[in-house]
Amino acid sequence: MAIKYNRRRFVKTVAAGVGSAFLLPTRGADVIVWRFFTNAEARLVDAITEQIIPADQDPGARDAGVINFIDKQLASRLRRHQQVYRVGLAGVEETSRVMFKEDFAALKAEQQVEVLKALESGKAKGETWRKQSSSAFFRLIRDHTMAGFYGGPQHGGNRGYASYKMLGLDYPQIIGQNRYRRK
Amino acid sequence: MALKQVNAVVVGAGAGGGVVAKELSEAGLSVVLLERGGWATFEQHGHDELISQRITILGNAFGPDDERYRRVVSAGPGKWRVVLPSEGGYNNNAACVGSGTVSYGAMAWRFMEKDFRMRSTYGAVAGSTLEDWPISYSDLEPFYEKAEWEIGVAGDMSTNPFSPPRRKPYPMPPFPLNREGETLQAAAKKLGFHPFPVPMLRNSVPYNGRAACIKCRYCVGFACEVNAKCGTHNTVIPAAIATGNCNVRTHCVAKEVAVDDRGFAKGVSYFDADDREQFQPADLVVVSASATETARLLLNSKSKLFPTGAGNRSDWVGRNLQGHAYAGAWGLFEQETFDDVGAGATIAISDFNHGNPGLAGGAMLANEFIRLPYLFADRRPPGAPSWGKAHKDFQRRFYKRSMSVMGPVQEMPVFDARVEVDPEVKDHWGIPVARISGHRHPHDVEIGRFTSSKAELWLKEAGAIQTWTNVPGLGVSGGQHQAGTCRMGNAPKTSVTNKHGQLHDIPNIFVADGSLHVTNGGFNPALTIMALGYWVGDYIRKNWKGPKSFRS
Repeated sequence: MAIKYNRRRFVKTVAAGVGSAFLLPTRGADVIVWRFFTNAEARLVDAITEQIIPADQDPGARDAGVINFIDKQLASRLRRHQQVYRVGLAGVEETSRVMFKEDFAALKAEQQVEVLKALESGKAKGETWRKQSSSAFFRLIRDHTMAGFYGGPQHGGNRGYASYKMLGLDYPQIIGQNRYRRK
Repeated sequence: MALKQVNAVVVGAGAGGGVVAKELSEAGLSVVLLERGGWATFEQHGHDELISQRITILGNAFGPDDERYRRVVSAGPGKWRVVLPSEGGYNNNAACVGSGTVSYGAMAWRFMEKDFRMRSTYGAVAGSTLEDWPISYSDLEPFYEKAEWEIGVAGDMSTNPFSPPRRKPYPMPPFPLNREGETLQAAAKKLGFHPFPVPMLRNSVPYNGRAACIKCRYCVGFACEVNAKCGTHNTVIPAAIATGNCNVRTHCVAKEVAVDDRGFAKGVSYFDADDREQFQPADLVVVSASATETARLLLNSKSKLFPTGAGNRSDWVGRNLQGHAYAGAWGLFEQETFDDVGAGATIAISDFNHGNPGLAGGAMLANEFIRLPYLFADRRPPGAPSWGKAHKDFQRRFYKRSMSVMGPVQEMPVFDARVEVDPEVKDHWGIPVARISGHRHPHDVEIGRFTSSKAELWLKEAGAIQTWTNVPGLGVSGGQHQAGTCRMGNAPKTSVTNKHGQLHDIPNIFVADGSLHVTNGGFNPALTIMALGYWVGDYIRKNWKGPKSFRS
């Protein structure tokens, strides 16, 4: 990777009844902390992926660093999907505003799910989806979310082997040992 | 500077080419083995689920890479789509010494006697070029045996009444059943099926100077961390090198087989690791680059006498592309079925390979290799949510409580399922790329429906609380089990090589890989490709009388 980036660190704030939002590091509004995403896109991707794998008794996409995975891969091995993301993310915001008159990240969780279901069905409203398929974009970001959540931490997601712990799957696998004994 | 003439150039160091290189160099021929990739090691990608040969979302672990390679696939009538090696549809096989044998699941099947006599057994099938092989199972049997002993197979066919006859047992005892295997064994017996351990090209005990399998979670798609998986890279290719007669040249990409004006091959043009074009003169050429790349190389090898490509006078090169439609079923269970004992696939039945009412063939059925968590995220009953809390609940509840039984449907060869050379798209070296089109025969789907229903029955008997089947449709075939594009046969009008893998048109060019398969069996094809490597190598050895051999 050619460019060094500032350390990415999220300070999360959770507003009651509102999908969680996060503040970017306080070094100034123009600090680029992402390899590919704009700050606004990052806020959106964070919200989308957290609905795809929401936190409950186990970590969700946010806690597992899925957005870091997607951003890192879009700047390297998955570079070919950059344009689809750029257009698709704008489309998600457009659909969100058409449906609920708000940015996606500001919607209530149930509203976010409704938007994502509209995308998934291919029936999402918005000019953007004349240019590219909303269901194809949803499948792509859903697939990348799964890869980030379940793949190895070396790729930027699955922080602390969050998903392996959730499944009770030892890693590294040492035969005869179980490091994540649950219950 | 011109390279020194050698007796044989073998293109492609996979299951077929590795074996032929060893057979020829052992017989004293000087051999150059060209391989487009390098030597693969476990350390390159370890247990990385996202960069393997099974899951390729972030790339192929052992190549080919997305930067230099391309293929074109059919995207509907008159439409074409460029695909990258890590994308579905490319029909990728690993680009490394050993090729797929480094990273395969390593099932070690012999085809059955009827698999070599499909036309005689079932008659003509409309829309298919179904035919008998020009060789029989008994012709190939000694070479299966050689593959099993030299490369190494663990197995036991004593409880499989459908197993074809064999002179010698396997060199290694079978792998024990894992928890899935035990559950399925009891169920199979209740149903009157005949279960047996899956034969594996993997050391169940130390063998050939390499360690026994440690039964880790990661096998299919990965290189083995203890080198217990048996491929050509750790058996016959090192043996070839040890003769002193075999020069393995890695990172060398073949461009064409040069054919002189009299109609004989004179060597192979290739690009070396520094992208410099080289010409390796040779007395004979063996092409063993996989069904897609072998066809592409022959089609790109145009000459005065054969302007449409080597071996292609009857327009059969690249035709009859086959793979395996994997049909099967999934089952969810109340109790834990997962014991983390790899590689996972331990039990099989051969009850439904043949003799199925109204069907021209069938498939072996086996339990699946361990499903890693990302892959499992896509395993859902039809209509189930694929994301959200429901996704997580399903992962948590069923990751360790599910089983899959599936098997490779023996496909009906289709003349228009084919590999051609694309008129426009070229790879990094400027070589025209392969273009793949056509689709499976409808009968493959009928067979898949039948075998998947048996898989579902088996899972239900094993106590599944919910089951569903998966039957592939009429998509383009090929995949890692790609075969059939240079069919062997007795009639030059309807085949590419004779029964020895020798081109009908150019006697000093041989093919030694899955391209030769007339039909592809209802089994994973690796051991058959290895056996064909021995078969072709044996013929060349026996008929080698110096540099002018194979010129008439």
